[in-house]
Amino acid sequence: MDLDRRQFLLLTGFSGLAIGFPGLASGTEASIQVGQVAINHYVQIKTDGTIVIFAPNPEVGQGVRTSLPMIVAEELDADWDRVIVKSAAIDREKYGSQFAGGSTSVLRRWPELRKMGALARHMLLSAAAEQLKVPVTELTTARSRVLHAASGKTLSYADLAESAARQPLPDDSAMVFKQPGDYTLLGRRVANVDNRAIVTGAPLFGSDTRLPGMLYATYVKCPAIGGRPRSANLDEIKALPGVVDAFIIEGTNDIPLYDSVSDYVSSGVAIVARSNWQALKARQNLEVDWDLTTASRDNSADIRKQAARLAGQVGAKTLVEQGDVETAFAASDQVVESFYSTDFATHAPLEPQNCTAHFKDGAIEVWAPTQTPTATVAGLAKLLGLPGDKVTVHQIRGGGGFGRRLENDYARESALIAREVSAPVMLQWTREDDIAFDYFRPPGYNALKAALDDRGKLTAWQHHVIAVSDDGENANKSAGHRNSVFPRQRVEHFRLTSSLVPSQTPTGPMRAPVSNTYAFAEQSFIHELAVAAKRDHLEFLVEMLGKPEWLKPGSPRVIHTGRAINTIRQVAKNAGWGRNMPKGRALGLSFFFSHATPVAEIAEVSVDGDRKVTIHKVWVVADCGPVINLSGAEGQCQGSVIDGISTLARQSISIKAGRVEQSNFHQYPLLRIDQHPEIDVQFLRSDFAPTGMGEPALPPIAAAVCNAIYSATGHRIRHMPISSEGFSI
Amino acid sequence: MLTLKINGESRSLGDIDPDTPLLWALRDTLGLVGTKYGCGIAQCGSCTVHVDGKPSRACVMRVGQLQGREIITIEGLARDSDTLHPLQQAWIDQDVAQCGYCQAGQIMSAAALLNSKPDPTDQEIETAMSGNLCRCGTYPRIVKAIKNAAAGGA
Repeated sequence: MDLDRRQFLLLTGFSGLAIGFPGLASGTEASIQVGQVAINHYVQIKTDGTIVIFAPNPEVGQGVRTSLPMIVAEELDADWDRVIVKSAAIDREKYGSQFAGGSTSVLRRWPELRKMGALARHMLLSAAAEQLKVPVTELTTARSRVLHAASGKTLSYADLAESAARQPLPDDSAMVFKQPGDYTLLGRRVANVDNRAIVTGAPLFGSDTRLPGMLYATYVKCPAIGGRPRSANLDEIKALPGVVDAFIIEGTNDIPLYDSVSDYVSSGVAIVARSNWQALKARQNLEVDWDLTTASRDNSADIRKQAARLAGQVGAKTLVEQGDVETAFAASDQVVESFYSTDFATHAPLEPQNCTAHFKDGAIEVWAPTQTPTATVAGLAKLLGLPGDKVTVHQIRGGGGFGRRLENDYARESALIAREVSAPVMLQWTREDDIAFDYFRPPGYNALKAALDDRGKLTAWQHHVIAVSDDGENANKSAGHRNSVFPRQRVEHFRLTSSLVPSQTPTGPMRAPVSNTYAFAEQSFIHELAVAAKRDHLEFLVEMLGKPEWLKPGSPRVIHTGRAINTIRQVAKNAGWGRNMPKGRALGLSFFFSHATPVAEIAEVSVDGDRKVTIHKVWVVADCGPVINLSGAEGQCQGSVIDGISTLARQSISIKAGRVEQSNFHQYPLLRIDQHPEIDVQFLRSDFAPTGMGEPALPPIAAAVCNAIYSATGHRIRHMPISSEGFSI
Repeated sequence: MLTLKINGESRSLGDIDPDTPLLWALRDTLGLVGTKYGCGIAQCGSCTVHVDGKPSRACVMRVGQLQGREIITIEGLARDSDTLHPLQQAWIDQDVAQCGYCQAGQIMSAAALLNSKPDPTDQEIETAMSGNLCRCGTYPRIVKAIKNAAAGGA
């Protein structure tokens, strides 16, 4: 809370006047309109009784425009039916770094949002006490009203707002927070605040931005990633109907490197026209002479072959050595060894990348459906050589994120195009652009080896991770290993080694990065071990997790084995683990801890003679602490399961001579409605701090399905997608 | 001058290139942005509209071939701007959307289904809706919403 700003409001007699906060000049979103009072930078109370709550982080479908304001509303005791949610301006001073990534929005914002709601409530109560001349302790609140039970008097927040804004701020020690048992909003099923706009087709997304006199652009890059345009038939293009301009943009670097705050732009040819269609039609006539000297020469089939060869060798670098793995292997009753691999994959959010930019009078204004708007500001300032206050970024809904919109390449391209034209311009990527120029999910290559003693107990674990690398020294973005304490801290002899395989294809985080491929390997391999030990999978896994304890107390990102075991036991109960199944049908179990949340899953699967896989039902049990929005959290789990099955089934990006071979959904299929299983979701609701559900339910699903396929058929799948082994879903 | 009948009104598209896909005419010329661009090749269903009552992919239909046809977009699905079509209401009741980008197309496909089959089976729902992709995986709720709308609204 900013005292200066409150004093400013006081001095200027804020009520009934239209006043903009000096600190919030960068966005109209938070300016004060006639008839409303700002209690703090999250809460504005209007005289008509509605309450505006600002959502700090970008919305890409993970539900934070609903869940984050719910936290404020709960502590404020606001009448949710009369809450209006607005996206906050991008303002580091007020809201810190605003981004949507790593399922961190709830975890990171929880203390701050509770406090902002509780502070506002405290000030409203103080104002009511003053007005009613009664002690604060005699007052209660409910649904945007203060109640005085003794006199039966009630006052609305709207009536109290002006006086509340003048109340002194309480000390932190005087802050009162609700007990979870008193929640009236958190934990319930609350509908997405944007539902009405979504179902009526109202403008909402980045690509829905429409500004007077705006133009539309397409940007053509070299199909072999990193190539440059030498020349193009620009004069011919400029003469085509509706084309306003066409020009070559000299990029800052050739092969894109993931860095959301950077000023990197790839070279290409921009076509600016009066409509999207005119730009696209002109593009059909574009002829570019590409210089491939700087382009990637990747061949994904070769990369996979090299990785498989390295998997059979000793890792180039030892990252962790604990106990004596070699002696343990030599002394063991059984050694099990497997190599798991996946292909490259692409994010494919349904809304292709786009960004609208207006360059005017030495400043730029941008409407960016990005997951990292704070980084967008920094990158554009660097790219355009502008001070930060000359860059205004409006956060606007993205049609799916999945990590793709963490990068701001489309925003930087739109800025360079906008600098060349004297009107607002929307850069709209095609689907083909979106697939070809991704920061791909890197392939995961994991060679695992473990030892079992004569009682079938795990004694040694060796993990050799092979990662793609463009410099021969470091794994590319989101490739490589997780720095995890499990199973390291639960096995006496442990070794983690790494090797690198050369690759120039740009990579980046995709929903549950690293975990999304590693969990498939780890959890399939644990099943292999249980099978080798002739033991029940569930009991083997629970034994591996060991004594129920927090392996690093107080660190939400470190596994609590007790919570983990609780999710596993519960999912087993829900799915009827151990029940008899007909031939060709089986349950598969998997568990993973990522993004601060343990999630256990079981898939019921049958497989026919043609390797056609039917996933009948999936059970999910998660412990994300107290659930914020039950509807949203459940939806994220269902979506994560479907996303994971989509990738497992048929999604593969192949690259030849630096060029992506897939172009659209006919070659990169998403799961369709007739392929989705029934999905049962349960939350355990522990007392730990709440965590985000955008990602953690994804990693377990691939192994759950593949373990079930093994149990149904005896065939172990060690490569994703399973279509590569003739299986279909 | 090209004129199309959209949401019950005659709308002029001026001297638009007759090759223009209906999708871009709706979005850029008329500002009806509820119809979404997802793939451009009739693979994802985000641009689904009704043409003479049939669910159709606006990204592959050229405006020059649509004169005299009855076109309904998501903006014109409800009887008037203050009310919701039973499917729109069902979508809200089931809290279907995550990112929401595909949902207008989903609702248009579902509306065409209910027009021809007011009480569809699960199988009929899945067949009718299999041309509409949802990247967020809202399929379980889409099925529920259609069943609820069929039960309550038909």
